[in-house]
Amino acid sequence: MILETTQQALQALFAGSVPADEAEAGTPRGNGVLTRDYKTHGYHLDAQVDAAQLLAAVTILDEGGFFIESITGVDWIKENQLEVIYDFSRYDFDACRVVIRTRIPRDKPEVPTISTIYAGANWHERETHDFFGIKFAGHPHLVPLLLPEDADFHPLLKDFKA
Amino acid sequence: MSLTLLNVIVAVVIAIAFAAVNAAYLVWAERRGAARIQRRPGPNINGPFGLLQPPLDGIKLMTKQLMIPGGADKILFMVAPVLAMAPAIMSFVTIPFSEGIAAHNMELGVLVIFAFASMGAMAILFAGWGSRNKYSVMASVRAVSQNVSYEIPMLITAITVVMTTGSMDLKEISMAQSGGFWHWNIFPSLQSPLMPISFIIFFICSLAETNRAPFDLGEAESELVAGFHTEYGSMGFGLFFMGEYANIVIGASLTTILFLGGWDCPFGMFPGVWWFLLKIYLLIATFIWIRWTFPRTTIYGLLNLSWKILIPISLFNLLLTAGLLKVF
Amino acid sequence: MSAPIQLRPDETFLLNVGPQHPATHGVLRVKMQMDGEYIVKAETVLGYVHRMHEKMGENRTYAQYLPNLSRLDYLGALGYTHGHVLAIERAAGIEVPERAEYIRAITVELNRVASHLFWFGAFVMDLGGFSPLMYAIQDREHILDMLEAVTGARLTYCYYRFGGLYNDVDDDFIEAAKRFIPRMRKSLKKYDALVSGNIIFQKRLEGIAPVSAEMCRKYGATGPVARGSGINFDVRKNEPYSVYPEFDFDVPVYHECDSLARYKVRMDEMEQSLRIIEQGLETLPDGPIMAEKKPKNIKLPVGDYYQAVETARGSFGIRIVSDGDKNAYRLKLRSPTYSNMHLFDEACEGMLIMDALAFMGSLDLVIPEIDR
Repeated sequence: MILETTQQALQALFAGSVPADEAEAGTPRGNGVLTRDYKTHGYHLDAQVDAAQLLAAVTILDEGGFFIESITGVDWIKENQLEVIYDFSRYDFDACRVVIRTRIPRDKPEVPTISTIYAGANWHERETHDFFGIKFAGHPHLVPLLLPEDADFHPLLKDFKA
Repeated sequence: MSLTLLNVIVAVVIAIAFAAVNAAYLVWAERRGAARIQRRPGPNINGPFGLLQPPLDGIKLMTKQLMIPGGADKILFMVAPVLAMAPAIMSFVTIPFSEGIAAHNMELGVLVIFAFASMGAMAILFAGWGSRNKYSVMASVRAVSQNVSYEIPMLITAITVVMTTGSMDLKEISMAQSGGFWHWNIFPSLQSPLMPISFIIFFICSLAETNRAPFDLGEAESELVAGFHTEYGSMGFGLFFMGEYANIVIGASLTTILFLGGWDCPFGMFPGVWWFLLKIYLLIATFIWIRWTFPRTTIYGLLNLSWKILIPISLFNLLLTAGLLKVF
Repeated sequence: MSAPIQLRPDETFLLNVGPQHPATHGVLRVKMQMDGEYIVKAETVLGYVHRMHEKMGENRTYAQYLPNLSRLDYLGALGYTHGHVLAIERAAGIEVPERAEYIRAITVELNRVASHLFWFGAFVMDLGGFSPLMYAIQDREHILDMLEAVTGARLTYCYYRFGGLYNDVDDDFIEAAKRFIPRMRKSLKKYDALVSGNIIFQKRLEGIAPVSAEMCRKYGATGPVARGSGINFDVRKNEPYSVYPEFDFDVPVYHECDSLARYKVRMDEMEQSLRIIEQGLETLPDGPIMAEKKPKNIKLPVGDYYQAVETARGSFGIRIVSDGDKNAYRLKLRSPTYSNMHLFDEACEGMLIMDALAFMGSLDLVIPEIDR
């Protein structure tokens, strides 16, 4: 139930564009919403959006009563891209895990902050900034959280050398 | 040198020795008691039953370097531990252990003890302010407001007792209760039917006055690290520690004298110092028992208890007793 | 109850609670802007035990990474290793024998009781009562002895393997666990009489530190913190995994939203865990403890896998992004206390410091798990 309404709401973001194919991770795929097999993947909906659409997508989930699980990044160095992954889930028994991902160029990693919608995104974004150097535009306090306060390195980038 | 003066000096020295030995060995008793409550052995290595632990602890503390934190007020910092210990020992001078055993009996004994007891708050304030530590300052502010609010109900209940006996002399208060437990002040009489409640109030207040759990807000180690003595090491800490236990002995002695008949035997036989000691150690055991059973109160809960419950009740009791004294 | 007061932001001082402070149970630092005893603003500073477990996950094979998981939350480590093996099994499609899953559930629940016991002691110690910690540790000791006999470790377990277990349980363990349950039930009654009924204890927690359900959602709080705010959320029930659907147990939920509610949730959870252990021991099936068809070197198919489990502290999630190699391309650990602790900054504003630290205790923090 929730699954379908959320899917439709997210789908509306891509009005006109064709839903992307079931793409393998590791290869770039087009923006769009996919349903995933919960049994093997552990989540139900997988939406890839443009950085500009991010706030709209997160707002849909906020209004749908989702809670934020985590935010993280992945460094796709071969494609010269960084991916930011947002995990959302629900408190009720209509289990629906939604993953929102957005790809940004590696040399200009910037996405809008969602800490204005989900207060709990604050630390997750700071952590992602620590590890990947992704800038969250509009974040109120983007200083290192887990790394030392003067850290200028980003250890989870694939070209990071200790 | 006249003989009376010599007598007084000897008695005072004995009183001080009693206070010091008690303070040292109550630490041992507390640790053993706590261990017993918590189902573990406690100190049992040094000497039989760990009885050599207190002197060894003393040696350890004395041989440590006395550190004064940078920026601390040196004079206040050094004065505070002395001020914590000295008044506590001075109070022992006036306590009658039995009819013949008192360093120096005074007519205003109750007043003397209260006067010395309120100096303890000053020691805590000096320690907190002098050590230039935010935790210490917060703790000392807490402790002082606590001591001030608990002195009031404590004094009022003491006055109630003084009114029924008609004397401020601790020895006379004890004597007035002699001849069996039904004469003790803790039990209600025609003139003061609310005495059991007074006793409970007095006991709670003496817990609070000595900064003991559940009223140990001045130390509150889970919030304020170690409270007012956070910055103290070596014998500075040792003096605070001993002062606390000396204060406990005084609190227990005062409760015994005011409410439990002093050295009187419950059955009217063999009155003497042993009964006095038995009573105070029973009270102290209760102190220890309470500390290791109850969690800590909050500062507002503590002040509310004093101002909204204890003071009105004790005032009512005072007025009632005053009225009944006129009637009977 | 603390009276609402007018805070004066201009007359404040900065108080550093931590990184070495008795109430933080580890190296956590909270910068507090104080107005007397009231907190005007708090900022948590993390990272004192940060070890970059996620980078280690990228450098090691999946099997080599197994011991890392028990270094996150040293009090309830089995739940975290369970999440890891479940994630790999889900992605690689390994079928786990039923006996192994039963033993996993039993040991995880034992570990949950041990974790809650330690929390119980430490929480009451935060409130100034010392003795319950000693009682709790004594009960916890029995659990650790049992788990040591089975897993070979007392704290940092590495017991589960992909496809099963490292070691089968023997009759001694089953006997000991059966003996343990009634003893623990008796202890729980004792704790109730000693602590829960204490008037000082109740006064200190009742109505203190309200965390609304909406706040939980915005911060992603899970576990007992969410359940104390009236949210009926337990991954074991909401997204059933392992053999939990086979067991009959309840999820305690309290609607008061205060510290006392969080306390009650955990105390009730211990009883529910005992029920699971009891049923598990009764219905423990015979059979192998290791999957027969299991690749020697595990390589996951290309893709993105997520597994959530209910640990003692809340919903622990592990995300594995695989590029088909024998180690993860990216491994993300979503730790429950990280989100639960995040609440603290906002919730403690305007609180008295002693209430705030009691609140911190009610969140059940394990710092290495926040910092990872």
